[in-house]
Amino acid sequence: MKNEALFRYLLRLGDDSLILGQRLAEWCGHGPILEEDIAMTNISLDLIGQAMSLLDYAGVIEGKDRNCDKLGLLRYEKEYVNVLLVEQPNGDFGDTIMRQFLFDAFRKPLYERLVNSSDKQLAAIADKSLKETRYHLKHSSEWVIRLGDGTEESHERVQNSLDTLWRYADELFYTDEVEAKLTVEGILPDLSGIKAEWESTVKYVFSEATLEIPVNNWKFEGGRKGRHSEHFGHLLSELQYMQRAYPNMEW
Amino acid sequence: MKVLETTDLEQKFQDKIDREVKIEPNDWMPDAYRKTLIRQMSQHAHSEIVGMLPEANWITRAPNLRRKAVLLAKVQDEAGHGLYLYSATETLGADREATIDDLHSGKAKYSSIFNYPALSWADIGAIGWLVDGAAIMNQVALCRCSYGPYARAMVKICKEESFHQRQGYESLTKLAQGTPEQKELAQDALNRFWWPSLMMFGPNDDESPNSAQSMKWKIKRLSNDDLRQNFIDATVPQAELIGLKVPDENLKWNEETGHYDFTPINWDEFWQVVNGNGPCNKQRVDARRKAKEEGMWVREAALAFAEKRKKKQTA
Repeated sequence: MKNEALFRYLLRLGDDSLILGQRLAEWCGHGPILEEDIAMTNISLDLIGQAMSLLDYAGVIEGKDRNCDKLGLLRYEKEYVNVLLVEQPNGDFGDTIMRQFLFDAFRKPLYERLVNSSDKQLAAIADKSLKETRYHLKHSSEWVIRLGDGTEESHERVQNSLDTLWRYADELFYTDEVEAKLTVEGILPDLSGIKAEWESTVKYVFSEATLEIPVNNWKFEGGRKGRHSEHFGHLLSELQYMQRAYPNMEW
Repeated sequence: MKVLETTDLEQKFQDKIDREVKIEPNDWMPDAYRKTLIRQMSQHAHSEIVGMLPEANWITRAPNLRRKAVLLAKVQDEAGHGLYLYSATETLGADREATIDDLHSGKAKYSSIFNYPALSWADIGAIGWLVDGAAIMNQVALCRCSYGPYARAMVKICKEESFHQRQGYESLTKLAQGTPEQKELAQDALNRFWWPSLMMFGPNDDESPNSAQSMKWKIKRLSNDDLRQNFIDATVPQAELIGLKVPDENLKWNEETGHYDFTPINWDEFWQVVNGNGPCNKQRVDARRKAKEEGMWVREAALAFAEKRKKKQTA
């Protein structure tokens, strides 16, 4: 393999996009308002597109003739390395929006740095994805504020969403020898400021939304190491259904 | 000032239509014309929205990521058409939410084809090819409809539908030229969707009581049977080209008429499905009703928030 750390890093990015895109696609036809049905499938489409670019490139780096479909649709559960946050069920619209917001607030500063990667392909993917992610963050922030500062019911619901999902947020900042190695090689720019930027975004939005950051700071993690939640196997059984039922065919 | 009698107004209205001048929202129009359009346009909008459901059912299981992205984009287009058509209906004074409630109460209909289930991935190709194909036949004619907003909406919508039809055919072609399992999926999809697609054009002309008035008003330009025949003539060669068999033993080219002959349609099935006995009628309307009910708190929150911000600004 040309660069195992880069391969593993690309899988992390690609799997996050793929799994969140898959989750958002479940909303299609069932959104609370037609405009939001369109918005959620639009974001899903962006994320699936990002996953295709990232996983195709991961396959190139790996050099084993695996493209985005082989990597995206034919790995075993523990080989996926997305964070637990993105695989959490859609729940109600508030849960979906909160999950999206916590993720977008992380993805935007991340892509803003990755556009400066010395790896031209990764930088190009980040550049394209950043444009999309800015819109995603704008959309999810506005809805968090609208729901938080809307009615009593919406406030209570979205506060519950935050209480449930908050414990998954920290895994977004998980790093290990993969990031360390890529930083030394100069492929990854300095990513250290991302968490502070994320914190400042979420604090601002939650204060506008009149939402309280939970005191429960217990952190769930495991996705980056291939240890997922119970929901994940069901998600994969849909995602992989056709590839498993009709192996080795062109579609 | 001369007060125009209703008959004068009606005469002027019909003159305009005869001269191919578009009727616009603020123009005088007979009540029956307005009502006919509201009914037809809102049902068209409902069809776009309900039509998302059978296809959305396969997005999470699409066989590869390219097909998933294409299907997402396609279903999103349908949602956009729905929005566009609801807005066009509002130019006639109808309220969007009220027309949606009519769908949920069963008062308003939508295209019956969506009461059939999408059972395999091949159905997604068949729906694009046949259902969007049949819809285009209808909608191309509607681009010349006498009501301006509807006609203009159709121009945009037809461009996208034509793309959908081609992607459906391309997707099914891939299966028809694939492994034996894939061919079987493709043939099975055609077997199930062929007759319901022909029913999409509505009853035979002599059984379609509102058609004559709609033709006179130029809401409708071609008869149900003519559109159906055009569709069959265009589609049969496409099936043959990719080696699929149209499930009609009596289908054959008629040199004399220059059209295909075909078996009469089973109208009993058609009316059963229209009247609620299709395989998915209940499930489709339930899904739409559930989306609206479960989304109520979101809409209320958005309204309350907008109200709060307005107050803040004026304070």
